Amino acid sequence: MRDTFSRILYEVAKTTPKVFVVVADISPAASMAPFRADFADRFINVGVSEQSMISLCAGLAMRGCRPFAYSIAPFAIYRPFEHIRVELCYQNLPVVLVGIGAGVTYSTLGGTHNAFEDVAVMSSLPNMSVLAPCDPKELEAAVWACTQCNGPVYLRLGKAGEPTLTEQAPEPFQFGKLRCIKNGSELCILGYGPILSLAWEAARRHEAQRGGSVAIYSAHTLKPLDSAGITQLLSRFRRVVVLEEHSAMHTLGGQVKQLAWDVQSGTTLVTLSLKDAFIHLYGSQTDLLRAHGVTVESLLAGLSDDGHR
Amino acid sequence: MNFIPDRFDLMASRARCRRMRRRIVGLARRLTALHIGGAFSCLEMVDTLYHGLMRREEDGRFRDSFILSKGHGAMAQYAALEELHILRPADLDGYCSAGGRLGTHPDRGLPGIEASTGSLGHGLGMGGGMALHDKVFHEDRVTYVVMSDGELQEGSVWEMFLQAPALGLHNLVAFVDYNNLQSMGFTSDTHPNFYPIKEKVAAFGWEVVELDGHDQSAIFEAVSSRSGRAPFFVVGRTIKGRGVSYMENQPLWHYRSPNEAEYQQAMAELADPGAEA
Repeated sequence: MRDTFSRILYEVAKTTPKVFVVVADISPAASMAPFRADFADRFINVGVSEQSMISLCAGLAMRGCRPFAYSIAPFAIYRPFEHIRVELCYQNLPVVLVGIGAGVTYSTLGGTHNAFEDVAVMSSLPNMSVLAPCDPKELEAAVWACTQCNGPVYLRLGKAGEPTLTEQAPEPFQFGKLRCIKNGSELCILGYGPILSLAWEAARRHEAQRGGSVAIYSAHTLKPLDSAGITQLLSRFRRVVVLEEHSAMHTLGGQVKQLAWDVQSGTTLVTLSLKDAFIHLYGSQTDLLRAHGVTVESLLAGLSDDGHR
Repeated sequence: MNFIPDRFDLMASRARCRRMRRRIVGLARRLTALHIGGAFSCLEMVDTLYHGLMRREEDGRFRDSFILSKGHGAMAQYAALEELHILRPADLDGYCSAGGRLGTHPDRGLPGIEASTGSLGHGLGMGGGMALHDKVFHEDRVTYVVMSDGELQEGSVWEMFLQAPALGLHNLVAFVDYNNLQSMGFTSDTHPNFYPIKEKVAAFGWEVVELDGHDQSAIFEAVSSRSGRAPFFVVGRTIKGRGVSYMENQPLWHYRSPNEAEYQQAMAELADPGAEA
């Protein structure tokens, strides 16, 4: 995803002279070498200084620029949180916060480098939009959408090597709308971010083992959330599984449950998310997700009537 | 880059500062509290900026930018903007009332207000971003920022002390209103190793002067004769509550309103020379 982001931002910068990238000394920014070479004035490395990363972006936006602040997710949003709240949200400035390696992507680096409360924290801020594309192709559309936003955006990304999940998507990306990325008629998986690759695997296995068809929807725009779209899913499918690489606190699963209550939905609703815990396990991302209880098997259990709810 | 604006009229500035202080005391009397001490300590800096240093476009709009990073001094900025007819008297009369539009701290989007401040440690970074834009796009503008000395305890300020020279922000001019008083007492008691300020900031690569922050001519001369080869920092030694004897250097007057007797005394002390008391 980081390579796609860098490639698309380069394209954006070619046509939009007021695009800046402000990074805080992280190695993934190496993928921005072409941007740095060709738009040297508009590539700023502040060093290990996340507060000034945000403040410089705010000042640039106050002069009409479109800055992208770029760091590993927890450093991009937690360290400079009050700068984000006051400078970007209170003043409603069009700055994009790019969080690389969100969720538990950096599984071996420990809790300091994970961000699995980020969607809840960023969504709680007035004026903030939150985007979490599921694959490099969806990210491409999301970056262009970011350039059209009039206020701050948190763009939640994975790291590298994410599979493409939306090549055959029946619907295009549209900011603020749920997107069907796989058709299905009875069951539905709704989620966001690269973890939707688990949804694909679970859907294929479920269809092969039990028949029926499983739809997958990408909730790439978490704020503003497509409440009408979610309400429609609740009426169309007899079973909806919400999947997220995020703790269960104040995020998509809870919001879908709230909507289900509001419309008195009779749909069976299962939510699968991370534990409200720092887990000290230093294996692969899959290992860490398993320790949180998020696996293809738990997803399959959620899809089946004999599974938990 | 031409730094030198038109000549600065010291006597007119002194008269304005007395008038603004009277205006602020008058407003403070009607309220339960107002950040009066910190507004008075930075008033000469703010007036020198608006009436001397900041250049205007032909249509009268300011070309240069100003961020009052010590947002609790807002009343100094509001009074200055009223003098400039950018804010209306009704705006200040409605200060901190439900029907008004001016709060205790400046809000971006109000006439003459470029940044929302109030939380400390934000203005220098935002000013740095504005200056960065102007440098990259070759726009001849200076961004001015006024901070409090208590504010310099925020780590974000030191990030920008490090950052601004590295980014070549020679169009950034920052002031510290060095009044040695903050909410809970004397800054020099809380942080004895905070001094000397001038040498510390200079060591980060800024061009620095220290002067009497109530001396408009000194401020004007120092800023307009800077080299332009580094970001510029003014350590303005000031007195909190300056201009009203019983307020000067008194922590109590960080956030307070005068009673009737105090009001009368303040207005007498702030009267123009030769004017009827």
